[in-house]
This record gives sequence, C-alpha cells and structure tokens, in this order.
Amino acid sequence: MNLTELQRKLLAAARANPPSDAVPYAFEKRIMARLAETPVLDPWALWNRVLWRAAAPCVALCLTVSAWTYFAGTDPASPDVLAEDLESAVLAPFDNLGDTW
Amino acid sequence: MAEGATGERPDGELIAGVLAGDTASFEPLVRKYQPRVFATARRYARRESEVEDIVQEVFLKVFRKLAGYRGDAPFEHWLMRLTVRTCYDFLRSHQRNREFSFTDLSEAETHWLDRFAASPAEASETAAAARELVAHVLEKLSPAARLVLTLLELEDRSVKEIAALTGWSPTLVKVRAFRARAEMRKCLERLTREKKL
Repeated sequence: MNLTELQRKLLAAARANPPSDAVPYAFEKRIMARLAETPVLDPWALWNRVLWRAAAPCVALCLTVSAWTYFAGTDPASPDVLAEDLESAVLAPFDNLGDTW
Repeated sequence: MAEGATGERPDGELIAGVLAGDTASFEPLVRKYQPRVFATARRYARRESEVEDIVQEVFLKVFRKLAGYRGDAPFEHWLMRLTVRTCYDFLRSHQRNREFSFTDLSEAETHWLDRFAASPAEASETAAAARELVAHVLEKLSPAARLVLTLLELEDRSVKEIAALTGWSPTLVKVRAFRARAEMRKCLERLTREKKL
C-alpha cells in the first residue's frame, strides 16, 4: 500500500473539516462563576505563609551553627584571641584618627 | 488594540479594567474569544466534556496571568499561545491513555481503507470515514507529534508561527515535524498490517 499517499489523503481529510467553533450556552457565565469561587490572593497572607515555611529551616540553621561553634571551639585560649581580634578590628579606624585629622 | 465589529469595548480597555480589579470586564473578553479557543481545543480532544475543561482552564490561566500580558502583540496572539500550551499539557497528561491498536475502527473506516487499498484515487478525502480515521490515527501519536502535525499540516501555520505558539525553537519545530511525519507513517504501517491490507 502507498503509505505516503494514504498519509496525504488523511491529512487532507482533516484539513478539509475544521472543527466547529460552537460554544455551549452561557459558557462565559460558567467561567465567571469559577472566577468568583477562586479566593482573592491576599499578599499579607502569602507573606505570612512564606514566613512560617521559612521558620523551620532557620531554626535548623541556627541549631547547626550553634552546635558547630560549640564543638569546634574546644581550644580554651581561642575565645580570648577571637575577642582581641574582634576588638582590634572594630577599633582599627580609631587608631588611625591622628593620621586623618 | 482590537475592537469588535459590533462596537464592543476594545481589548485594551477591558484588560485594563480587569487589572484594576473590575472582574466583570473579563466576561466580554471570554465571550469574544471563546469560539476561537473552542475550535482549537476540539482539535486535541474529542469528548465535549474534555474540550470544555480545556477551554475553562485556558480562561482561568488568562485571568491569573493577565498582568503578564505586555500589550506589544495583539491579545489574541497571547491568548492562542496560552491555548496551544494548555492543549499540549492536556495531551501530555492523557498520553498514558493512548491505545496502540486499531481494533475500535468502525465498519465505514475499514471500508474506506479497503477502498483506498484497492484504488487510492477512488477513496474520497471528504468522506466522513476518512475524517474519523484520521482522528483515530492522530490520537495514536505522541503529544509533540500530534501538536506539530496539527499546527503545520491542518492549520497551515509556518515554522516561525509554531515556534512562537509553542515556545520551541524553529530548529526544534522542524525536527519534531520530521519525526511526527515518520511517526504517523509508522502508525499507518501498523494500521495496514493489523487490517491485513
């Protein structure tokens, strides 16, 4: 059988018979009714939902970081060193005040 | 923006109204474009309940995404893009239900095939049996093949238009069209083998 010709004929048959564009009675009313049923999006409610969803990962991150700092910082001398480093970093601009004035 | 021949409000005004919170402005838009959307949906779904579901889904999507319509192309183009993509989603979600055998062909369809096998010139393209048969064959194709064949062969659209409607690149459209024709031929081959023609 000539399949190419069969394919051509079938596609021509489909082309020759475009589907109907008839619309069921009052279909637009059905759409409008569906829209009325759809709850209006409240941005504050969305924000609230996002915050609640983010709470659990934030708590988990906090706990992880706390555990990490607790167990990693076992050297007794290191908190003092860290404190000194922090102090010198924070006060560094004031050390050079004389140069700028 | 397009204005209807009956003097109805222009699309731009209706869209602006909807975006400003006047939901009632959406109804004339639905009324104006629903015949077009119904005709498109009927190319991909046979049961009327499925067609109605597709059209409803299209208009609900339009309402939800209306803020994303930039207005640089006619509203109808944007709507048809959404319609075609919704139809494609429908085909993909129903592809598991596709049957691969042609046992459900009617007597008229089988008769038309017999006549084609005997004398291809005598089998009319306008026969109702040919219409039913091609609908059966298209149902057996993969979603992408069916979509591209429908747009290219049945709606006579250009590759560029199909690319715009589907979001595929023009090269992908050409590749899929080539594969779709091959898939259809394979399907016809199976059909003629099953019917021992």
